[in-house]
Order: sequence, then structure tokens, then C-alpha cells
Amino acid sequence: MPMADLIAWLAQAFALVRKEILALVKDPANRTILFAPALMQALLFGYGATYDLTRVPYAVVDQSHSAASTELLARLDGTGVFRREATLASNAQIGDLIDGGKVLLAISIPSDFEQRLAAGDTAPIQVILDGRNSSTAGAAAGQIGTIVGDYSRSLGGSPPITVERRAWYNPNLESRWTLMPAMIAALSFMQTLLLSALSVAREREQGTFDQLLVTPLTPMQILIGKAVPSIIVGLIQSTIILLVIRFWFQIPMNGSYWLLYLGLVSFTIAGVGVGLSISALSVTMQQAMLYTFLLIMPLMLLSGMLTPVRNMPQILQVITYVNPLRFGIDMVRRIYLEGAGFTDIAFDFVPMLAVAGITLPLAAWLFRNRLA
Amino acid sequence: MSSASGFRARLVALTRKEVRQLLRDRSNLFVGLLLPVALILLFGYGLSFDVTDAPVAIVLEDRSPAAQEAVAGIGGSPYLVPVAAASMDEAVELMRAKKIEGIVRVPVDFSRRRAAGDARIQLIVNGADSSTASAIEGYVNGAIQTAARHMADRSGGGSAGGVTLVQRTWFNEAGQSTWYLVPGLLVLVMTLIGAFLTSLLIAREWERGTLESLFVTPVRPLELVLSKLAPYVVIGAIDLVVCLLAARFLFEVPIRGSLLVIIFASLIYLIVALLLGLFISGVTRNQFAASQMALLASFMPAMMLSGFIFDIRNVPVVIQFVSQVLPATHFMELVKSLFLAGTIWPMVLKDCAILAGYAVLLAFLTGRTLRKRLD
Repeated sequence: MPMADLIAWLAQAFALVRKEILALVKDPANRTILFAPALMQALLFGYGATYDLTRVPYAVVDQSHSAASTELLARLDGTGVFRREATLASNAQIGDLIDGGKVLLAISIPSDFEQRLAAGDTAPIQVILDGRNSSTAGAAAGQIGTIVGDYSRSLGGSPPITVERRAWYNPNLESRWTLMPAMIAALSFMQTLLLSALSVAREREQGTFDQLLVTPLTPMQILIGKAVPSIIVGLIQSTIILLVIRFWFQIPMNGSYWLLYLGLVSFTIAGVGVGLSISALSVTMQQAMLYTFLLIMPLMLLSGMLTPVRNMPQILQVITYVNPLRFGIDMVRRIYLEGAGFTDIAFDFVPMLAVAGITLPLAAWLFRNRLA
Repeated sequence: MSSASGFRARLVALTRKEVRQLLRDRSNLFVGLLLPVALILLFGYGLSFDVTDAPVAIVLEDRSPAAQEAVAGIGGSPYLVPVAAASMDEAVELMRAKKIEGIVRVPVDFSRRRAAGDARIQLIVNGADSSTASAIEGYVNGAIQTAARHMADRSGGGSAGGVTLVQRTWFNEAGQSTWYLVPGLLVLVMTLIGAFLTSLLIAREWERGTLESLFVTPVRPLELVLSKLAPYVVIGAIDLVVCLLAARFLFEVPIRGSLLVIIFASLIYLIVALLLGLFISGVTRNQFAASQMALLASFMPAMMLSGFIFDIRNVPVVIQFVSQVLPATHFMELVKSLFLAGTIWPMVLKDCAILAGYAVLLAFLTGRTLRKRLD
């Protein structure tokens, strides 16, 4: 194709891109809906999505009333995490407090606690946990175990082996550091998917898509016209979230911004490709939304954002290879936290680009070949 | 009298129209019924915090029997798989290549320091995945402390005494994450179904102008709301039964509370979720905005802020307040308790009252958006 033709071709496509962007941002309601939620969600979920224990209300039944039990409980209260909500007279009162969710756990110290310690016997204390949220219960049990172990050792018990933990990339193992970079990919993914899924469906429903098809625009140009605005919206949303994470929550960025954006562009194109394919398959907006919602929940929950992919059964792990979000999240996390270079994460691009390479031509083909 | 019979006649007629419209587009019905089955299967199996078979490299810089014994327990753990590494460099290489999840390093001076009562073992984990890292830390620590106790017992000296923990976990004795995630899935599925089934209904009629034609008929806003609600309550109720059956028989989550109360509470929540969709639809009057809003206002908060995964106790007060405003939070608390703990009446009454309050409020607000007014 001669240069002049190419320029003309691009100019045509660009005209459509311009029209689509204008249609999107002319409506103030649209502007709000596309950009405000990214900011709000980043803040809300940044604070709300945490596995770290900050407040563990507990009850205590201290039948020993001794110096030893007081010292042990003082160590617990000294953490600032464990907050004593109730001091009970008997174990029978524990049930109501745990049932009603007033306390997460109860500690019961028997009356012979100090005597047994003094005699050099093992002194058992009982911990009762509310298992309705098993991960909180597990974490709290772990912390109590550490505190009790330290106390026990201070009494001159068994010679300890100290395990010194060092966590790469996230020294205090804060769950926010793990979750928030994932949101750079995940939060923008949902809205851009829906945006692109509705784009063609809306024109189909309103009948304007047929008009577009009789213009001299080729399906490829229509595809570009529909894809570019969604990609731009997706990247702006990702940027908003990135800024919140970097400057509000001050999570250090260890990688290259260029690489991060290269990854985000590939990831967003894959998402938009999926969205446009949905759009091309749908006759009404209701259908487009339906298919999108149908896809979003599995894509989100099987992305490794909330629970690690490696905990899934083998068969599901294989299925996640078609999920661009899984690799988008992996890519962002590794660049952001681990400072990964291109060769480290090169593989993440393969599934993302494969999804884009299949869905975008499919959408273009469907524009022409699926007339309702 | 005649106004009451008129109400009923109009309601029946409108509902019939909605049912026909629902049945005309089979994809709607198909997805509405199939979605929960697919979701609950996928997530019941796919979501888990339970780390198993995590490969951990063991670097023995001290090859003494004591050093070997100290880390031997890692091989016996069902959660960890030891991988031998000749040197720290090799282990670091494996870790960077994501072949292993952690490194346990027994330093050269282990035996010497142990004699002095200050033995140290280093553990390196990848903090980029903090929950897996914490789990591995717990398992490794457990295995090493057990070994330390055995070694001390055998040598006899100073082994006696110390505080031991007798730990009991109520409601979820084995601490399986499936047990607390599956009841939560019920909430997510109801929320998603509710929002997507109804959020376009009114907006579509505004866009097509058919709502304005309805204004010249004697139909009242409340009748419109109820007629749009009715067919979807039936679909949602079928979904509910599917979710309950899957939870009970597929994932073997116990149902310790009253089944009747679970069904009753779920139906109230279903109505709240459907009304939330209708309300969004009525406010936005635009299908594009309505669907974006439905996604943002229903699914995401229900997943992130309702206590589905993240414990509300751990979040700042402001976020706790936001969370309490969400109907999903109250249903989440109730459903988890009803499944795992039993029927705790004060909680049942409180949460059902709150949910019923939301249903009335949303029905009223949605009705207001439908008042006969042209602009």
C-alpha cells in the first residue's frame, strides 16, 4: 500500500476514533462514571482489602488470677492488636460472646496455671476461636502462638531455635502491598470490558451500526475506532489507581514505568478485544451486559487477585491461561513490587497477546458477518 | 374495592407482559439459570487460601545431624515440599525463577550457636504474595519448633515446663477456607443476579420511550415496580435453591442453622438486590450508565467490602461504616452464621429487619423515579 493510501486509511480510522471519544466524554454522566469510580475504589479497597489483623477483640477467663497469667495477658494487650472486650467469670459465658460476633476468640487460663509452671510442668491454656472467617482465625491463632512461645521461652523453657524471616519485596508482609498493585489491572479491566462490550451493541440496538457498515470504513477501521477509546479509558483508569497506590498509600515502585505501561497496554488491548467480541455477538445491550457479567466474575475470582492461582486444582490452573487478567495482575505485581525486567515477565505477554490476537480479528469479522 | 381490584388487574397484566418479555429473549433466562451453577462450581473449587505442596528449598550450610534434624520436619509437613539446594546462590536462583516459594537456610554456625542456646535458622519468602508467604512462614515455624522440642526432650536438659496452647476452632473445626467462602458465594451470586437481571429494565423503557406511553395509562409507579420484580424473584429463587444444594452436597458445608430461616433471609436479600438494580435503572434512565453503575455498586462492594473475604474487623472505622451501609454486609454476616454457627436469633432478627428496611426503602425510591413526570 502506498504511503498516501496508508495515511488516508489512518485518517479515516482516526476520524471515527475522534467521534467515538467525543460521544463518550460529551456526556457529563459518562465522564463521572468512567473516571470517578477508579479513584473511589482505589481508596476504599486500599483501606478495606486487607488480611492483616489490626483489631482482634477477645474475652478472657482467668481462673488462675496469678502473676504469671497477668504477665501473659499483658503481653497480649501490649501488641495493640488484641483488645480485651470482656473478662468473664466462667467458660460458660464464652458461647454467647463468640456466637454474637462480639469477640473473635476467648482465652481460658485454668486455676492451676501458675502452680504447674512453678513445678516445671507444662501449663496448658485454652484458646477458642470463631472459625466463621477461617483466615482471620488462623492468623490470630498464629500470633497468639508466637506470643505464648516468647513468654514460655522467657521462663527459661526449651532452648529455642529462632526462625528469622525475611520477606523479599514486602518486608512486613503487608497484604495491601500484594493486593493494591493487582488492582491497577483488575479495577480498570472490568469497566473497560463493559465499555467495549456495550459500544457496538448500543449501536446495533439503536440501528446506527448498519449505517456505519455502509460507510466506506472497513471492518478493521471500525474496529480501531471502537477499540482505541476503550483502551485510552482503561489506561487512564489504571493511571489513576497507580497514582493512588504510589502517592497516597506510598507503596514503593521498584520497576520501570515504561515496562509497566507496555504491559498495561497489551493487557488492556486483550481486555478490549474480549469486550468487542462480546459486543459483536450481542444484538441488544441487555445481552452484551449479560455476557460481560457472566465473564467478569470468573475472570476476577480466578485471576489470583484474592486467592493465589497455585492453590487452585490443576485443571482450573490450566483454564486460567485464557484469562488475560491473571497475567495482567502477575505482570503488574512483578514489575511494581519485584522490579522485574522484560525477560522475567516475557511469558506473561504470550497469553495476553494471544487473546488479543484472536479476539480482535474475530470481532472485526463478526461486525461484517453477523447482521441481526 | 374497585381500586383494589383495579390494582390487581393492572398488576397481573403488567406482570404477564414482563414474563413474556423475559421469555422472549432466551439468552436472558438461560444465563440467569445457568450462571449460578457455573459460578458456584468454579469458585467452590477455585477459591482457596489453603496452601498445599509449596516447594521450599533447604540450604544446609551446616551439615551436622542436629541441623538436619531441625529441618527434617519440613519434609513431613503436608503443606510443604522440600527441594534440596546445594548453595544459597542456587536457591536464590530457583526463587527468582519462581520454581520455589521459600528458602530455609541453616547457617554455618548453627551447631555452635545452638550450644550457646541461640540457634538461628533463616527463612526467606516472597512478599509479593503476602498471604502465601505468611502461610509458609507459619508452617515452617511450626515444623522447626516441633523439631526443637523433640531435640530438647531427648537431651533432657531444660525441656520441662512452658506454656502450651490447646486450640479449638469453633464452627469450622478444620479451618477450611471453603467453609467460609461458599456461604459468601451465595451472597455474591444473589447480588450479581439481582443487579444484572433488573438494572436495564427501566432504563431500556426510558430509552425506547415506552415508559412515557405508560404514563397515559392508569398504571401507578408501585405497580410497575412490583410487576418488574415478580418474574425475576422466581428466577432468583431457583438460583438460590441451586446454590444451597451445591453448598450442602457438593462442598459439604454444614447447614447448622434453620434451613427455613436461610431461605427466608435469602429471599429478602434477593428482593433487595433486584430492587437495587431497578433503582439504578430508574435513576440513570440510560442503559450504558445503568450497567456500569450496576457493576460498580453491586458486585465490587459485595466482593471487597462485605466481609466475603476481608474481615471487616481489620479495616479503618470509616470503611467499616461504608461496609455497614451495604445490604450485602448484613446478609453476609447472617448467612455465614446460619451455615456454620446455627440460628442465633438476635442476629437473625436484626439483620432481617435491616434487609427488610432496605427492601421497603428501595421500593419507595424506585417508585419515585417512575413518577409520571416528563422532562
